[in-house]
Amino acid sequence: MDYSIFGLLKNALTGNRLWAPVWRDPAPKQRYDTLIVGGGGHGLATAYYLAKEHGITDVAVLEKGYIGSGNVGRNTTIIRSNYLLPANTHFYEKSLQLWEGLEQDLNYNAMVSQRGVLNLFHSDAQRDAYARRGNAMRLAGVDADLLDAVTVRAMVPGIEMQDARFPVKGGLLQQRGGTVRHDAVAWGYARAADRRGADILQNTEVTGIRVEAGRVLGVETTRGFIGARRIGLAAAGHSSRVAAMAGLRLPIESHVLQAFVSEAVKPLLDTVVTFGAGHFYVSQSDKGGLVFGGDIDGYNSYAQRGSLPVVEEVMECAVTLFPAFSRLRYLRQWGGVMDMSMDGSPIIDRTPVEGLFLNCGWCYGGFKATPASGWCFAHTIATGQPHPLNAAFRLDRFATGAVLDEKGAGARPNLH
Amino acid sequence: MSAQRWRLGEGGLIDRSRVLPFRFDERLLHGHPGDTLASALLANGVRLVGRSFKYHRPRGILSAGPEEPNALVELRGGARREPNTRATQVELFEGLEARSQNRWPSLGFDLGAVNGVLAPMIGAGFYYKTFMWPAAFWEKLYEPLIRRAAGLGRAPQAADPDRYERAHAHCDVLVIGAGPAGLMAALAAGRAGARVLLVEEDAALGGRLLSEAEEVDGRPGAEWAGAVEAELADMPRLRILRRTSAFALLDGGVVAAVERVADHLPEPPAHLPRQRSWKIVARRIVLAAGAIERPVVFGGNDRPGVMLAGAVRSYLNRHAVLPGRRAVVFTVGDDGWRSVADLLRGGAQIDAVVDARAEVPPEQAQLAARHGLRLVAGGRVTGTQGGRHLTAVRFADAAGREEGVGADLLAVSGGWNPSLHLACHLGNRPRWDAAIHAFVPGELPPGLVVAGAAAGRFSTHAALADGAATGLAAAQACGFDAAAPEIPRAEDAPRDAVPLFHVPGGRGKAFVDLQHDVTDADIALAHREGFRAAEHAKRYTTLGMATDQGKTAGVNGLAILARLAGQAISEVGTTTHRPPWTPVAIGAVAGPHRGRHFRPARHTPLHDWAAANGASFVEAGLWYRAQWYARPGEAGWRDSVDREVLAVRNAVGVCDVSTLGKIEVAGPGAAALLDLVYANTISTLAVGRLRYGLMLREDGFVMDDGTVARLAEDRFFVTTTTANAGAVLQHLEYCHQVLRPALDVSLLSVTDAWAQLSVAGPRARDLLAAVLDPGPDLSNAALPHMAWIAVRLGGVPCRLYRLSFSGELAYELGVPADYAEAAMRRIMERGASFGVTPYGTEALGVLRIEKGHPAGGELNGQTTARDLGLGRLVSTRKDCIGRRLAERPALTDPARPVLVGLKPADGRTPIRAGSHLLEPGVAAVTANGLGHVTSACFSPTLGMPIALALLSDGTARLGQRIRVFDPLRGGDLEAEICPPVFVDPQGERSRG
Repeated sequence: MDYSIFGLLKNALTGNRLWAPVWRDPAPKQRYDTLIVGGGGHGLATAYYLAKEHGITDVAVLEKGYIGSGNVGRNTTIIRSNYLLPANTHFYEKSLQLWEGLEQDLNYNAMVSQRGVLNLFHSDAQRDAYARRGNAMRLAGVDADLLDAVTVRAMVPGIEMQDARFPVKGGLLQQRGGTVRHDAVAWGYARAADRRGADILQNTEVTGIRVEAGRVLGVETTRGFIGARRIGLAAAGHSSRVAAMAGLRLPIESHVLQAFVSEAVKPLLDTVVTFGAGHFYVSQSDKGGLVFGGDIDGYNSYAQRGSLPVVEEVMECAVTLFPAFSRLRYLRQWGGVMDMSMDGSPIIDRTPVEGLFLNCGWCYGGFKATPASGWCFAHTIATGQPHPLNAAFRLDRFATGAVLDEKGAGARPNLH
Repeated sequence: MSAQRWRLGEGGLIDRSRVLPFRFDERLLHGHPGDTLASALLANGVRLVGRSFKYHRPRGILSAGPEEPNALVELRGGARREPNTRATQVELFEGLEARSQNRWPSLGFDLGAVNGVLAPMIGAGFYYKTFMWPAAFWEKLYEPLIRRAAGLGRAPQAADPDRYERAHAHCDVLVIGAGPAGLMAALAAGRAGARVLLVEEDAALGGRLLSEAEEVDGRPGAEWAGAVEAELADMPRLRILRRTSAFALLDGGVVAAVERVADHLPEPPAHLPRQRSWKIVARRIVLAAGAIERPVVFGGNDRPGVMLAGAVRSYLNRHAVLPGRRAVVFTVGDDGWRSVADLLRGGAQIDAVVDARAEVPPEQAQLAARHGLRLVAGGRVTGTQGGRHLTAVRFADAAGREEGVGADLLAVSGGWNPSLHLACHLGNRPRWDAAIHAFVPGELPPGLVVAGAAAGRFSTHAALADGAATGLAAAQACGFDAAAPEIPRAEDAPRDAVPLFHVPGGRGKAFVDLQHDVTDADIALAHREGFRAAEHAKRYTTLGMATDQGKTAGVNGLAILARLAGQAISEVGTTTHRPPWTPVAIGAVAGPHRGRHFRPARHTPLHDWAAANGASFVEAGLWYRAQWYARPGEAGWRDSVDREVLAVRNAVGVCDVSTLGKIEVAGPGAAALLDLVYANTISTLAVGRLRYGLMLREDGFVMDDGTVARLAEDRFFVTTTTANAGAVLQHLEYCHQVLRPALDVSLLSVTDAWAQLSVAGPRARDLLAAVLDPGPDLSNAALPHMAWIAVRLGGVPCRLYRLSFSGELAYELGVPADYAEAAMRRIMERGASFGVTPYGTEALGVLRIEKGHPAGGELNGQTTARDLGLGRLVSTRKDCIGRRLAERPALTDPARPVLVGLKPADGRTPIRAGSHLLEPGVAAVTANGLGHVTSACFSPTLGMPIALALLSDGTARLGQRIRVFDPLRGGDLEAEICPPVFVDPQGERSRG
């Protein structure tokens, strides 16, 4: 059933007994045209756009646990397209445009909230780097504004402007950036893909990829073999391990990234703010919790937990930037496993195995990419060719040198 | 003075000799030391304490501990306001001020309660299904409304005036929790001689012994605890941290804890922090965190007056408060009967005991009979009545017959959940124990054992025995030994109970998560809609995500899900226990690292001299560097910078460049190591000479540049940029230790050992001759460009490197850091006649832009040596890090932007770094972008703005015009493309 205020009303009057499951729980078929490995945001979005944009509905999404149990459920919910390099700017702008129409498109309110993303700068050099980035955004038709310190102060009350080790000199604002209710993205895409015919198979872990004569035949799962003509891997966080089942070695390391949420308080922060003198960003959710993110822990790990130094660093940044946060309490912390690529940018591409497609390497920017990632991956799978929007996200770019290194950090994934 | 009308006449661990006035919602009330805010409110008859998150339902006090979901207040005021503070954990102090929250206009009459009427429409996840039409309304109307409704308390608006500390502790045995198990564990380990740290969240040691009317070793439990505490306090290797929550277990036996040093005082005294965050490294950990009582989910279970049965005993026995005069007790087993006994002793009238068990053990039945209590065996509470407070309880007997009785207190005992959180922080899953109907620790993380109630062993005897055994074993594991302590006599009664989590079909809303207003109907809806995984249901309904972290809600939620799914609880799974165990002040974890102390400040040895000479400082990484030296009469920074630049070009200037990274590379393998890390060849450098060095990253892009001086055959002095000082040393160490471990090399950072002064300008040589001790031949022949010699200044050995960043005749004088200021004074004194001028980083920047030297804007990690015009430096005769990958097609693409110079076509308009470059007349779109401006300044030498830029086909475009486009700052001008060296392109001055 379509969701609407009338539906809510009708169900309220009938004791909410008529709501149907948001997605079906079908038994796996023996064979599908296309399989997507990974029931996170990217995998579910891919299934949806395969159906919507390419009419491919004989699709199953395979998820080892419950859908949305990976990084779409453990991130800081930020969306933005404030990138420097053209390939990234255009891709993330496509994503932002899809976010802007998501509720209507999916008939599901993921609470896309364009409350602005403000990157603070603290030095002339940082200002110039942000100016370069903002100008690149403008050339790409993306909104960007460079604010001075006075405007920042007026826009974000509570930022310490005086007694600071690294005083705020201004900020780069993308007003169209913002936040999204993260879990709802997985559920919304799942529902929409399901409604178009895709099977969502939870508790179905892929244990092997069957390849013969250089092409994929299907996957071994905990629920038996499932055949397919095409397989898309969208298992970021564990991409290396899944790809290894097809004999591929990826230019990826796995790192843990932590995030934090505070107790809910009445609204005090309207905008997403990133600190330029430390690796830290913060926003306030619609429920009132302050959501904090920091840097990756810096060592390779598959554990969804982090270490104390990063917690301390994040809290230091929080009270330095917002001294009034000091007495608020943080409530929960969690860690997500990141596919860190060697240049900080993702990979959406074909692979040397025919019929096997790859979507990985999202570093810590995967959430905001969800719609465009699914859209481009669906295109790549359906047509066998990358879309111009993901043509630069090639697997072989580390061999050719056509890397997409936004920060100029080099092949040091812990620096991206 | 208002009477504490609900205070018992005697007993309790309170100090009746002192009366503490406090305010709740402006109302003046009184309590005693030993009270919590919650117990003091109850003593004054205040039952309505807060409003719930969503439906704004009236709420009272449910618990007496950290699990409290309802009684949240704003504590203190102004900059010290603490929202969402649990009244059950706040120690009462004189003058305490607290306010209820999330209500308008008042706690008693809250308009938000209208949400309760809308409840059928605003159940779990309703917002995902609506607020979508019309599309534009979401951000303009719906979301702002949702946001305004959200949140509970209000954050303070001013900076926190209090101090915070961080501390580290190392111990053999860490005991978490000082109840009977923890006290015995500490005693056993302490007597064995181990270094023990005992942390307790409460202000007092004793745990449940403080709340129960029971004896240990023949005396009151609290008294026994006091005796143990006295013995522990005498142990020199044992430390007790009270008011301390161990909130996270991390890898490697690290426990994070927060000590509330001064939260029980009106304000922290000057010598104390408000809170102290501890990083505790323990060889063994005994988790003795006790257990949390579980409520039962039934209709109207949220009314003020519904209280956990164990909390009822806490208020009676510890705080001497009668939580109600007409009580009903609802229990699933033996435990609730203890509250029956204590309530009777406290003088309450008990109208009914509803025991979920069909058969009530004889001694309890006899107790009921003795006191003439109505015993409802096999019963269920089905509903409650009351407005802002409980007035009646409805229950059904085993046959389903319902009736109601008047009551102002409903004590509920649904069994106990072990506090096993820390045992699960490293990813271990708890195990469902069907015997006690609760999760108990499963496989344990290394080095951690669980004792007493936290392990699901609930009797006091079991806790004591468990504590003694685990404490001793932990000490033994650390190499200590002693006889096992004798286990004191204590109750060891059975804890018979039936599993009852939920009474379906009752009257009114039945809350699972009280704070987030998640009802049984919400969970049913989640299940109906397919959110059947425990994590899905939690996320869909927000169960367990409130400030109480689901401490009372989690297991009941799982039980309801399990019933809906027709599964056992063990099959439904658990939600993950993540740190922190209890919400922790952000400021406590940050400690003192905030404001100006956020990061350490590095000052060069000349900092004070510069400050005394009019310098303005700028942050450069951790350093503060002199940016320019203003002189009287100068209108602005540009005046100062222009003057300084011209002084260098025309006379002589001196600049503090001590922040450059300085590394000594010594050993027989030094030259080989440097050949590996530098793109150009270092091994051929003669002793006494310098070379510019360019370092590539592994991926072929430029990493850093600097100079290399050969001090001796096997000894080099290497400088790096200020920004990369740390990274380069790290890189060298990596290359040595990992890539070339066989090379005999040692690396030493000498950045802080040497002050480095750049002396630049046509009079530089004359100045140095006047400053240095007589002797050295500074002539071109004896000390040519890119050579160094040892010199003395005032008898102090120094090094003089001849090299130029500005393009002028220039030297860097290396002075031992302690003598830097004296050297500077002498330079200024003796250089006055040469017009010596100190210059700062701005002038330094202008000089290098005029000279076309790449720096931060160009060395941005995205450029190749060729991009920067340094391609010829990359040796083709030897291998180096980055050489292979620098040959990849995309890095050698001739279309890559290269370094050029820019001058505004009109000779006036400033160019800004960060502007993009376009062919004049074409559309300003990405596809037409040709590059960007990397550095820009006003050149006083040329008398016009100039810039450096990276431009596609830059060399071919020399002499042409380009559009410099800066839409972000409204800049748009044309510039002439020129070579990047604006001053002395032949380099004659530096060799002069």
